[in-house]
Amino acid sequence: MANLLKIFTKDSFVLALVSIILGLLLGAVVMLIGGYDPIVAYSALFSRVYGDSYNFGEAIREMTPLILTGLAFAFAARAGLFNIGGEGQFLVGMTAASIVGIKLHGLPAIIHAPLAVIAGAVFGGLWAAIAGYLKAKRGVNEVITCIMMNWIGLYLANLVINQFALLEGENRSVDIQPSASISIEWLSQMMGNARVHWGTVIALLAAVFFYIFMWKTKQGYELRAVGFNQDASRYAGMNVNRNIVKAMFISGVFAGLAGAFEVLGVFHYQSVMAGSPGTGFDGIAVALIGMNNPFGVLLGSVLFGTLTYGSAGMSFSADVPPEIIRVVIGSIIFFIAAQGIVRWVVKPLYSKRKKEKVL
Amino acid sequence: MSWLTLGELIHTTLVFATAIIFASLGGVFSEKSGVTNLGLEGLMVFGAFAAGVGGFYAEQAGLGGTSAAWVGVLSAAVFGILVSLIHAVASITFKADQVISGIVINFLAAGSTLYMVKLLFEGDGDTGRIQGFSEISIPYLVDIPIAGKAFFQAYPTTYLAILLVIIGYFTLYKTPFGLRLRSVGEHPGAADTVGIKVNRLRYIGVMISGALAGIGGATITLTTTNMFSHNTVSGQGYIAIAAMIFGKWNPLGAFGAAVFFGFSQAIRNYVQLFAWSQSIPQEIIFMLPYLLTIIVLVAAVGRSRAPAALGQLYDPSKR
Repeated sequence: MANLLKIFTKDSFVLALVSIILGLLLGAVVMLIGGYDPIVAYSALFSRVYGDSYNFGEAIREMTPLILTGLAFAFAARAGLFNIGGEGQFLVGMTAASIVGIKLHGLPAIIHAPLAVIAGAVFGGLWAAIAGYLKAKRGVNEVITCIMMNWIGLYLANLVINQFALLEGENRSVDIQPSASISIEWLSQMMGNARVHWGTVIALLAAVFFYIFMWKTKQGYELRAVGFNQDASRYAGMNVNRNIVKAMFISGVFAGLAGAFEVLGVFHYQSVMAGSPGTGFDGIAVALIGMNNPFGVLLGSVLFGTLTYGSAGMSFSADVPPEIIRVVIGSIIFFIAAQGIVRWVVKPLYSKRKKEKVL
Repeated sequence: MSWLTLGELIHTTLVFATAIIFASLGGVFSEKSGVTNLGLEGLMVFGAFAAGVGGFYAEQAGLGGTSAAWVGVLSAAVFGILVSLIHAVASITFKADQVISGIVINFLAAGSTLYMVKLLFEGDGDTGRIQGFSEISIPYLVDIPIAGKAFFQAYPTTYLAILLVIIGYFTLYKTPFGLRLRSVGEHPGAADTVGIKVNRLRYIGVMISGALAGIGGATITLTTTNMFSHNTVSGQGYIAIAAMIFGKWNPLGAFGAAVFFGFSQAIRNYVQLFAWSQSIPQEIIFMLPYLLTIIVLVAAVGRSRAPAALGQLYDPSKR
């Protein structure tokens, strides 16, 4: 526990908090310029998310994939890799889970659902591992392969659904077997049919796994060492290439799980998509807000999920364009990244406190 | 395929490539100075937005189609520079992580342009339709079979892009400014020792990327979609990043890669003319350009080397 707190130092926590406040303030200024009342807008935002149990459940549903794609980016980042391919891994994981969920018949739920989840995780991981392998073996920049793999993943997902699982006359797959569903029926009924599912629990466990793996195991130590300095790690006898592939695989597992849960827990079918859903890219934002720390990612996804899910309420009741929320999120990330600005803002507060102590 | 359609294929290739050429050339300038620029997508969105709004109001003010379009290009360049300053201030002055501040640009772009469009156009998600550029053909040369249609009938922005690639190459490799810019990206400490202002040059590099990526976005608005909406740019900026890396951070290389991407987008339209293509699922044809890129990278190009100080802060006290 002490170590856990050490990662989350008071300083970085204060900086993040101030960054969030500054981001919200900047959003308020932009709203004022546009002629809107920011207080009405923000209260509409928060009351939508935390106002009733249905919307609260739906907000949690919205946060769940963000936790996982956030973890995916953060995990690779800890190993010094820039996994911008969460989008593709998400889609491939989703498609693998769909196919297992649709095509396997007659299995008991206790086997079928986990099998579909595992399929999503493994294929998401393999998709990412391709980029890792090409970087390790051929020196191809992972940013460029990830961008390409995002597009290939999108069209591959559509191809598979169109060829093997299309619901006739519709732009979506047939429904998955009920035995593959991971929805929590009783909780969903309690929350006005909000689409809550077991994936949220697994996402929380994934964050714990991330922490233990990265900071408590030898393998995690190696990944972080490679992330800090490849040459030093190689000199210390670590197999850098293998670590790169491993890191990408685990990173992709997180993103693949995110995709699998969307099908198995939320929609129960997969749509043919015209463009990328954006969950992978949003995960980058979540990871940045969480400073690539697994528990930071959890907080980041709560913040991101609250803001994006709530923004719809903002446009309903206050007529404010919900896009403004992306400006708020962007500014929060900006302030977290440019800590120099935030320190400059916080400085007077700190020095005042010190003076009081002297007195 | 008849020879006539070959000319058209090249023509369409250049239309699709133009925006990517601008943006990836911009990326080269930023990254050669040592500043990673993942914000190309966002800068293009801002440029496409500024071109849409600027072009729209210029037309409202009574300017003719082409001059209104040039107003759009100019607004895009100016807007691109202004937005790129956010990236520059954060990553150079305030020493923020360059990757993060680039992503911030993308985030701000997606939200704020749509917000502004809704404000300016009373709740609509797009600017009104604008006339934009029309193609110009070069007299006599356009009558050459195949090549005429391919190279001598195009939007003015395409010619501008090609011209800027040549100028960009010359600037980077044949002028003192280019040498300094590159030295700042390779070894800022050494550059500083001989009196080169590291941060100033990095600001310039980022601002050039803002202007060029902005114009890149503008060309989409002004030649392809003829309006700005949320999906006008849709990923072209990421392709431009890929083109820049693919082209090994060299303006000519980036140009070649951009044309390659333009070609692979254009060929989608043409493959479908063949009878045999009917039996291939469309998705596979859509996938081809990206698959090809990976194959080419793995097979032929191999290791591409980024500027040595790319993404690193320059801290004079650690020299």
